[in-house]
Amino acid sequence: MARRRSFLLGVTALCVAALLPQRTAAQASVQILNVSYDPTRELYRDVNQRFAQRWRAASKQQVAIRMSHGGSGKQARAVIDGLPADVVTLALAYDIDEIASRAKLLPANWQTRLPNNSAPYYSTIVLLVRKGNPKNIRDWNDLIRPDVKVITPNPKTSGGARWNYLAAWGYAQRKYGSPAKAREFMTRLFRNVPVLDSGARGATTTFAQRGQGDVLIAWENEAFLATNELGRGKFEIVAPSISILAEPPVAVVDRVVDRRGTRQVAEAYLKYLYTGEAQDIIARHYYRPRNPQVAARYAARFPRMQLLSIDRHFGGWGRAQAMHFNDGGLFDQIFEAAKR
Amino acid sequence: MAHPRHLSEPRLLQLLLIGIALAYLGLMIFLPLGAVLVQALQDGSGAWVAAVTEPDALAAVRLTLLVASIAVPLNLVFGVAASWAISKYEFRGKTLLVTLIELPFSVSPVVSGLVFVLLFGAQGWFGEWLASRDIEIIFAVPGLVLATVFVTFPFVARQLIPLMTMQGREEEEAALSLGASGWQTFWRVTLPNIRFGVLYGVLLCNARAMGEFGAVSVVSGHIRGETNTMPLQVEVLYNEYNFVAAFAVASLLAGLALVTLLLKSFLEWRHGDELAARH
Repeated sequence: MARRRSFLLGVTALCVAALLPQRTAAQASVQILNVSYDPTRELYRDVNQRFAQRWRAASKQQVAIRMSHGGSGKQARAVIDGLPADVVTLALAYDIDEIASRAKLLPANWQTRLPNNSAPYYSTIVLLVRKGNPKNIRDWNDLIRPDVKVITPNPKTSGGARWNYLAAWGYAQRKYGSPAKAREFMTRLFRNVPVLDSGARGATTTFAQRGQGDVLIAWENEAFLATNELGRGKFEIVAPSISILAEPPVAVVDRVVDRRGTRQVAEAYLKYLYTGEAQDIIARHYYRPRNPQVAARYAARFPRMQLLSIDRHFGGWGRAQAMHFNDGGLFDQIFEAAKR
Repeated sequence: MAHPRHLSEPRLLQLLLIGIALAYLGLMIFLPLGAVLVQALQDGSGAWVAAVTEPDALAAVRLTLLVASIAVPLNLVFGVAASWAISKYEFRGKTLLVTLIELPFSVSPVVSGLVFVLLFGAQGWFGEWLASRDIEIIFAVPGLVLATVFVTFPFVARQLIPLMTMQGREEEEAALSLGASGWQTFWRVTLPNIRFGVLYGVLLCNARAMGEFGAVSVVSGHIRGETNTMPLQVEVLYNEYNFVAAFAVASLLAGLALVTLLLKSFLEWRHGDELAARH
């Protein structure tokens, strides 16, 4: 009995020893954590690899960039709750504002610290339809036709969905002239939405993989990814007449980098995003680059569209959030009315 | 001895019942399992091997086994102690203890995860204290273990309480009156009596510990190669449109569950006589 017991103990100890993560090798280098939103996985995989090479050449130090992806709002919440992000690269400024105001991890003026409102790339919202565009969808007003099923995620949980919603709202307000008419338009649009996924990725999967709906409202980069990688020739992108300028911003999280002593590498990492090399990677991953030369090189890829600005046309994220997406706000009222 | 005909169900009804059971099993269990395997092997076995030996996938496997190897022994000790107390002694608040043990079954796993964020998160009760001492719980291995322990702790106790209550205290009392010490009584009398229940509880506990998604998802932080357990890694891969890899890891997870089941069957087969003799 005693022998058997010590044997069991030995086996257990061996198992535990084998299972413990091997950390010693990693400690010689520096690690930073980039907390990002869903669709940037492929982008940052390439960016991180190149940046690590550049950093090693410049400072003789190994850098490992760890990634965490999820819905933008959820990720912000995790950082507020203590996820030790050295940098955040989220879907919208509002989510980083929340980190600044609720957890005081970075100053309120964080967005002025880097060029272009701290957004090294931008994107917009487009419509993705099935091959041959069988429902003949050309613009936003086709989405309220009773024969069209629209896939878009839930604006309560998804940053991308908020951009989708505001793009449609901006179109309606310009086209029909009044907020009341825009509200009517949005109600008819959401009547055509059979399912609200919680994130942009989920919505893309619902549309592309599970074959639901006639049109997906999506990030331009998501739409490109779906047409080029999920099924070549199965989908087409339709650029609406009006859309929105979506600026996914980036920021160093001061309290974290100062505690971990990683400020230098974290700041270099974000600055690297503005270099010609990174801008090229960015354009290849279907985000619109800021650098004029790179933008000119990829001009054929990105259709010219009239893009509304969140600051100029919606009074900034604070106002847009309070008016449309807070509990009892316009989205809740529209969604309630659409269900009836 | 032949069963009297008139006491048995009509042949047709028997066949119908068996048919329904098999069809249901096939539709609800074998078909999905098969689909996982088909998807996983869609691009051949090379792609499967590549997917499960990729560093992030290996890290997920290691993390899952690590978490289970801490959570299961903890719950084993707790489960045996709690069911011992409940089945062998009378004390005030016993019913309350039984109810509390079952609490994790009735609480949604998401809430179970959030409880720990509320306690140990940066904005939580102990957040400041932990941060000032550089102790990481949430979004690190300790948080994953805590959430898993919380979700799986009823399994062993739930198996043992009815068994030990049924067995009563006579055998232990006999051993003690014959001069055995407390430990001797436990190792030689109590444990052999309940070992099958313990084993079954541990296996169930282990299966759930490896497969838990909700609670673990809340406290994970989803750092690739670091705090993603296997179920979380499956979701990550699926969201990357990497369906083959997602289902490869899923099939590995299903494989671990099958190993658990086979282990149970093997022990039943090897020690079936012993176990039967004791009842």
